[in-house]
Amino acid sequence: MTIVYEKSKGLTDTPFHYCPGCTHGVIHKLVAESLVELGVLEDTIGVAPVGCSVLAYNYFNCDMQEAAHGRAPAVATGIKRVHPDKVVFAYQGDGDLASIGTAEVVHAAHRGEKITTIFVNNAIYGMTGGQMAPTTLVGQKTTTSPMGRDEALSGKPIRMAELLATIDGAKFVERVSVDTPANIRKAKKAIKKAFECQLKGEGFAIVEVLSTCPTNWGLTPVNALEWLRDNMIPYYPLGNFRDFEEGK
Amino acid sequence: MAKGKVTFNEDACKGCELCVSVCPVKIIELNKERINGKGYCPAHVIEQEKCIACGSCAIMCPDSVITVERL
Repeated sequence: MTIVYEKSKGLTDTPFHYCPGCTHGVIHKLVAESLVELGVLEDTIGVAPVGCSVLAYNYFNCDMQEAAHGRAPAVATGIKRVHPDKVVFAYQGDGDLASIGTAEVVHAAHRGEKITTIFVNNAIYGMTGGQMAPTTLVGQKTTTSPMGRDEALSGKPIRMAELLATIDGAKFVERVSVDTPANIRKAKKAIKKAFECQLKGEGFAIVEVLSTCPTNWGLTPVNALEWLRDNMIPYYPLGNFRDFEEGK
Repeated sequence: MAKGKVTFNEDACKGCELCVSVCPVKIIELNKERINGKGYCPAHVIEQEKCIACGSCAIMCPDSVITVERL
């Protein structure tokens, strides 16, 4: 009898506080599994954000540091420069990375900091109760856009992966989704490669993961995955934008 | 076809049904006769012998509730 799948050793025994069906849990697993498979869990320092994943430091079985809202790439920069032999990652949501922390992530990429960033994009502010985020789709209803996001008033949603891919210091940029088991496997491959980018000293690496927020979208977890497929993927195309191995 | 065995840590399940939605052989459902410590009806397997050990349910589970073994 062989084990096909079991809970990763990269996660602690603490149960996640996330809502039922929230894909933060899936993404946590992928990061933890990647660190274990690369054999670097003991040498990893993670940086937790502000947002739904603010308690991520309770869940990863490695050293963790909490950062102020949006400042995870700056904190990760400091840790990596003091401990260049450690693997350092920042785990951030879209309110954290694409709004209040845009400057930090853009400049961390611009400086070519050798850190790995996991960017969870669920097109809404989850923790604070479902307000419009920079990543909220046009027409999407939130508590601060009850008639749907108005392009004339708020513009179109920001595409962080494409934006960061224009920066030379960013050596690995990919957008993935966790809506199906097949896409989850692809997402893990990308996250693993983003850590390899750091291990090889190439430069800044980021993986944008399209995620769901069943509670604030007002959908069941299964319907939320469908909504992601039907609405988010057409606007946020999946794929690689920069890869250190292919020189793009 | 490979045979498998799936085990659910039912106390950790939040009843989100993502595992139910991805099982290719449709052998998972929520156990409506039980409520776990968190207040949810946990997922369980109804026809273990039909499991093909694909691991899809476990990969999809956000709370690492499921262990899959290949027999």
